[in-house]
Amino acid sequence: MATLAQRSPEVEAEEVNYLNVEHGWKSWLLTTDHKRIAVLYIISITLMFFVGGLMAVLFRINLLVPEGLFSAETYNRLFSMHGIIMVFFFLVPSIPATLANFLIPIMVGAKDLAFPRINLLSWYLYIAGALLAIYAVVRGGVDTGWTFYAPFSTTYSNSYVLAAAFGVFTAGFSSILTGLNFIVTVHKMRAPGMTWSRLPLFVWSNYATGLIQVLGTPVLAITLLLLAFERIAHVGIFDPNIGGDPILFQHLFWFYSHPAVYIMILPGMGVISEIVSCFSRKRIFGYNFVAFSSMAIAVLSFVVWGHHMFITGESMYTGLAFSILSFMVAVPSAIKVFNWTATMYKGSVSFDTPMLYAFGFIGLFTIGGLTGLHLATLGTDIATHGTYFVVAHFHYVMVGGMVMAFMGGMHFWWPKITGRMYPEAWSKFAALIVFIGFNLTFFPQFILGYLGMPRRYHAYPPEFQALNVLSSAGASILGIGYVIPMVYFIWSLKNGPRAGKNPWGAAGLEWQIQSPPTTFNFDETPVVTEEAYNYGPLEEIVG
Amino acid sequence: MAETVVPAGTEPAVEEVHLRHHFATPAQQMDAATLGMWTFLITEVLFFGGMFASYAVYRNMYLDAFASTSQYMNVVLGGTNTAVLICSSLTMVLAVRAAQLSNRRHLILFLILTMIFGVAFLVIKGFEYHAKWVEGLVPGLHWSGYTEHPEFAYHAQILFFLYFCMTGMHALHMVVGIGLLTFLLVQAYRRVFNANYFAPVEMIGLYWHFVDIVWIFLFPLLYLIGHRR
Repeated sequence: MATLAQRSPEVEAEEVNYLNVEHGWKSWLLTTDHKRIAVLYIISITLMFFVGGLMAVLFRINLLVPEGLFSAETYNRLFSMHGIIMVFFFLVPSIPATLANFLIPIMVGAKDLAFPRINLLSWYLYIAGALLAIYAVVRGGVDTGWTFYAPFSTTYSNSYVLAAAFGVFTAGFSSILTGLNFIVTVHKMRAPGMTWSRLPLFVWSNYATGLIQVLGTPVLAITLLLLAFERIAHVGIFDPNIGGDPILFQHLFWFYSHPAVYIMILPGMGVISEIVSCFSRKRIFGYNFVAFSSMAIAVLSFVVWGHHMFITGESMYTGLAFSILSFMVAVPSAIKVFNWTATMYKGSVSFDTPMLYAFGFIGLFTIGGLTGLHLATLGTDIATHGTYFVVAHFHYVMVGGMVMAFMGGMHFWWPKITGRMYPEAWSKFAALIVFIGFNLTFFPQFILGYLGMPRRYHAYPPEFQALNVLSSAGASILGIGYVIPMVYFIWSLKNGPRAGKNPWGAAGLEWQIQSPPTTFNFDETPVVTEEAYNYGPLEEIVG
Repeated sequence: MAETVVPAGTEPAVEEVHLRHHFATPAQQMDAATLGMWTFLITEVLFFGGMFASYAVYRNMYLDAFASTSQYMNVVLGGTNTAVLICSSLTMVLAVRAAQLSNRRHLILFLILTMIFGVAFLVIKGFEYHAKWVEGLVPGLHWSGYTEHPEFAYHAQILFFLYFCMTGMHALHMVVGIGLLTFLLVQAYRRVFNANYFAPVEMIGLYWHFVDIVWIFLFPLLYLIGHRR
C-alpha cells in the first residue's frame, strides 16, 4: 500500500467516476455496476426504513396512555407491519445489499461481483417484494406479528397475510442472490496476493452472512409457501383439524429466522472491525479470532432456533439442549467485543463520527447480547418470554447494534460513495442524539418487561404509564437523530467539501482508488503484498 | 480481456470464448459459474428440505395413514415418469458432451430430446393430477374419495397435501427447466456454444439433474409407502 494518496480536495475537477459516467434513469435501472446497485439499494431501504419507522411512531403514540389511543386491531396491524418491514425490508438487506455490495468487490480487488446481472435481479426482486408489502399496508396491513404463527395466520386472521407473505417470500430470493454473489466473489474474484488471511474482516463477516442467507432463506421461502397454500386451500400440514401440528411451523420458521438474526448483526460487526481499527490506528487485535468467530457464529446460528420455543410446546430436554447451544453463541460474540476493546487499548483513538457510532455499537450490543443470555436460560425465559424484556433485548441488538453499525458505516464510507464530506459537527451531534434517544426508548422497556408488561398489547395497567411515556419520548428523540443525517447527507451531495481518496488515512484497497471510484474500480488489477490493517502512525500515510 | 458484446443478428466467430469484462481469465469465469450453480443447488436442497422434513415428521406420526394412501397412487404412471426423467438426464448429459465437442447438430438434437422427455413428464403428471381431482383426492378443495379407509381419511389429507406441494414444486422446477432449455436451444442454433464456451449448457444441465434427483426421492416416498411395509 505504498501509493496511498494525499488529501487534495481543490485539485480535482469532476473526474470521470461511476456516478457521472452515464446519465438518465435508464443508466440506473439497467445498470450492472455493483456500486450503482448499492446506491439503488441505499435509496430503497432508506424509504422502507422510514415507512417502518412511521408505524413505530404511531404505536408509540398509542402507548402514551394506558387504555391506548387506537383500537386493538389497529395496534396489532401497526406493530406487525413495523416488524415485517424492518426485519425483511430494512435489516436483512441493510448492510449486505448496500455497503457490502459497494465494497466487497473493491476490498478483494475485483472489478465487480461475480454475477453483476444477478445482482441487479436481486434489487428488482427486493422492489417487487417491497411493493407487495406496501400493498398489504395500504389495504389495511397484517395482524399476525412478523412471525406469521400458524394457525392464526393460516386460518383465523382476516388481514392481508397472503400479500405480506409473498412480499417476504420475494424479498427472500433477493437476499439469497446477494449471499450467493458474495460467496462466489470472495472465493473466485480475489486479486493476486489477496489471501484469505489478508481479507478485511468486513469481507469475512459478509461471507459468513452469505452462508446464512444461502442456507437459511430457502427454508423460510418454503415455509411461507406452505402457509400460503394452507390459507388458500383451507387445509394443510399446520392444521390441527387433520392432525397437523402448528409447532412444526414454528420450527421451520425459526430455523430461518434465528440465523436471520445473525444476518442482521454479522455485517454490522464487520463494519465495526473496520472502523475501530482505523480510528485506533492499530492493527485489529487477534485477526484470526475475529475472522473465525464470524464463521463460528454462522455455524452455531443454525442450531439454536429452539430457544424461541421454550414455552410453546418443546420438551424439557430439547429446551435444555437449545439453552446450552444458545450459550455457546455468546462465546464468539464476546470474542469480537473483547478484540475490539483490545484494539483500542494503547491505540491513538480519535473521536470521528464513525467511531462514535462504533462506541455506541459496542456498548449497546454488549447489553443486548448479555440480556440474550437471560433469555437463553430456561427458567428466566419462562418469566420474561413474551414481555417487553424480549422487545428491549432484540432492539438493543438490532437497532443498538445493526442500525448503529449501518450509520457508522455510512459515515465511514460516505466520502468513498459520494466523494463528499458531511458536516462534522452536525454528524457528531446526530450520533449523540441517536445514542441518547435509543437508550431512552428501550432501556425503560427492560424494566417494563421485568415488571411483567406483556408485548403486543395495545393497552396496559396504569402503573406502567410513566415508563411508557419515557419510551415514547425517547422514540421521538431517536427519530430526530435519524432525520438529521438524512438532511446533511443530501446537503453534502452538492455542498460537502470534496473528500479525496482517503480522508481517514485508512488502510484497505478501497481507500487507494479515487472517490467516487470509476466503474471498474481499478485501472489495473491490484497486487496485494500486505495484511489488512497495516496501520502505522498517521503521519506516514497522510503526511 | 476480450470484450464480447455481439450485436444482435450477427454471427459470432467460431470458438468464441465470451469472457465477461470483470473476469481475468475464462477459467476464472467457469469456476465462478460452477461454484455459483452449486451454491444455488444447495439453496434448492434446503427449499425442498423444508417439505421433506415435514414429510418425515408426519410419516413418523401417522405411519399407518400414510401407508394406506399408497393404493390411491398410480404407481405405473409414477414409475413411467421416473423412467422418463432418467432418460432425460441421459440426453441432457449427452447435450453437455456435444457442446464440449463443438458438435452443434448433436447439441440441438439432445436438447430437443431432453425437452421432449420433460414435456412428456409434465403431460403424464397432468393426467395424474386430473385423476386425483376426479377421484376427490385433493385435500381442502375436493376431498370425498377416501372411502377405502375412512379411519385414515383425516390424516391421509396431510400426505396428499404434501403430495401436491412436493410434486407441484417439482413440476414448477420442470417448467422452469424447459424454459431454460428453450433458451439454450436458441443459443445453440445461433452457434454460441463451442469447446471454449459451454458454461450455460453445463450449468443448466446441473439444474436439470438436480430436478431429476428430487423426483428420484419423491417417487418412493410418495408412491411406495404401503408397498414397502
